[in-house]
Amino acid sequence: MTRVLIPSGVLGLAYDRNALAAGVATRPDIIAIDGGSTDSGPHYLGTGTSKYSRAAIAAEWRDLLEARSQLDVPLVLGSAGTCGTDSSVDWMVEITDEIARQLGQGLRVATIKSSVEPGSLAQAWETGKISELSDAPLLSTSTLLSMSNAVAVMGVEQIVDALSTGADIVIAGRATDTAPIAALPIERGDCPGASWHAAKVAECGALCSTHPMSGCVVVETDDCGFEIEPMHRQAKCTPETVSAHMLYENADPFRLHEPGGFLDVRDAVYTAKSNRRVRVQGSSWTGSSDYRVKLEGARLAGYQTTILALLRSSHYVQHARAWADRLLDLTRQRIAASMALTDGEYSLEFRLIGIDATLGPLEGNAANPLEVGVLGIVTARTQERSLEIAKLLNPYMLHMPLAADEELPTFAFPYSPAETPRGPLYEFCLNHVLQLDDPMEVFRIDVFQAGVPRV
Amino acid sequence: MAQLADLNLRIRSKNAGPFTITVDIFCPDQACFDRLCKSFRTSAVASALGLPESEIRRFEIESLRVVKLSFPRPVVQGSRLDRDIHGAQFAVLFEHITVQ
Repeated sequence: MTRVLIPSGVLGLAYDRNALAAGVATRPDIIAIDGGSTDSGPHYLGTGTSKYSRAAIAAEWRDLLEARSQLDVPLVLGSAGTCGTDSSVDWMVEITDEIARQLGQGLRVATIKSSVEPGSLAQAWETGKISELSDAPLLSTSTLLSMSNAVAVMGVEQIVDALSTGADIVIAGRATDTAPIAALPIERGDCPGASWHAAKVAECGALCSTHPMSGCVVVETDDCGFEIEPMHRQAKCTPETVSAHMLYENADPFRLHEPGGFLDVRDAVYTAKSNRRVRVQGSSWTGSSDYRVKLEGARLAGYQTTILALLRSSHYVQHARAWADRLLDLTRQRIAASMALTDGEYSLEFRLIGIDATLGPLEGNAANPLEVGVLGIVTARTQERSLEIAKLLNPYMLHMPLAADEELPTFAFPYSPAETPRGPLYEFCLNHVLQLDDPMEVFRIDVFQAGVPRV
Repeated sequence: MAQLADLNLRIRSKNAGPFTITVDIFCPDQACFDRLCKSFRTSAVASALGLPESEIRRFEIESLRVVKLSFPRPVVQGSRLDRDIHGAQFAVLFEHITVQ
């Protein structure tokens, strides 16, 4: 039997500290937590930076370092710093070293790096080792070479290797959400289907319970199933809350692909062990003949500047669409005339907040808004150029009438300057898997001392 | 005839990775679930989304009384034309689909 403590769904998102203390009191064999996701968009992978603030991460990581030290068990972080690039792993190591020094702890740290060079991916593409998953974008060698960052997504094998170094702390680059939780149970020989299923249910912390924001859950895996219990006093796991978690952010509710095989939960049976604890049996793991890891990559897609104007007078609110169409037409002419740019050298879009900014062409409802926000989004090859275009839009967005014979209107700008440089825009360009001859082929483990010297 | 919005059910839309959206429709009771299985058409979803029906994967999960639909994102998450990074507002499009 293996007991895994999962403090929360992601490091930096906050958890209930009493629930964490209750989790520590169960004497788990390991603490595992996820540190990342693609769910906040391509910016983080593109730049190799974290979504959550350093302060939030450091405060929680400090709690976990203390809990780990109290228990003397390993602590594993998957997908360090949101995107799991080598730079994010290094960032997490720096935070770990700083906190360990403050706590007077001497730690053996193992890192697993998962960044992959675009050049080596281009080679793998040309030799047929990369294949596409569903809804994948078109891929080419030049797309691969244009990526600013790419990572391979590890499974349990790499984390098991890192744990076998005797590390107190494992800081992993990009990993599947489940792998840090499933690694030790699988290494110890617990039922693989149960281990992966337990990890999937617990990967978002207490989201699989009646108190989703409370964070901490404990799973126990054994040779034929697993049990799960939330650590917040009022939270409950029921057969329904637990089985429903397979739906969450999962395209297929019965099957979950992982490096080296897939989990199938179609035959899983969920039984209440108490009013807050659930046992699950019957999930199965099917190993595959080859070992494939998912790839994630992001590339630069230009630089943006936004500009927002507010239409409040009813005449313009009523005719907001016609106004925006005319705005696009006139400003395009002006850009061509004064900047000598062709349509292909920049892109310009106006979204009407209050009308259809969220759903765009799919919006089927029309209501009369009180006011309309006109959000201009400029994308160009450099930041300077996108800002220059936005400045050119400025007088039109402030004063453009609906017709030439109309008195000059003035709209509302909510701040000055009206233009906001947004920096680089990144885009995801991979939904593919890479075939490996060995699970460690594209991952690198390093072991070193952090914090104070050990006596 | 009724719109899903009138059936007291909960509709949740989420990204399933940057390229796929998954929508879970939670029915309050078995009768509602049976009704959806019978008369909630994938073709109606396809037309609300402007997608070919063949690109929509559908699951009916009786134990949870959930109908689940997964489909490619109209634009890739976070790319220039994306309007909703987390994809949660697609649920609104489902509210207006009608069932017998």
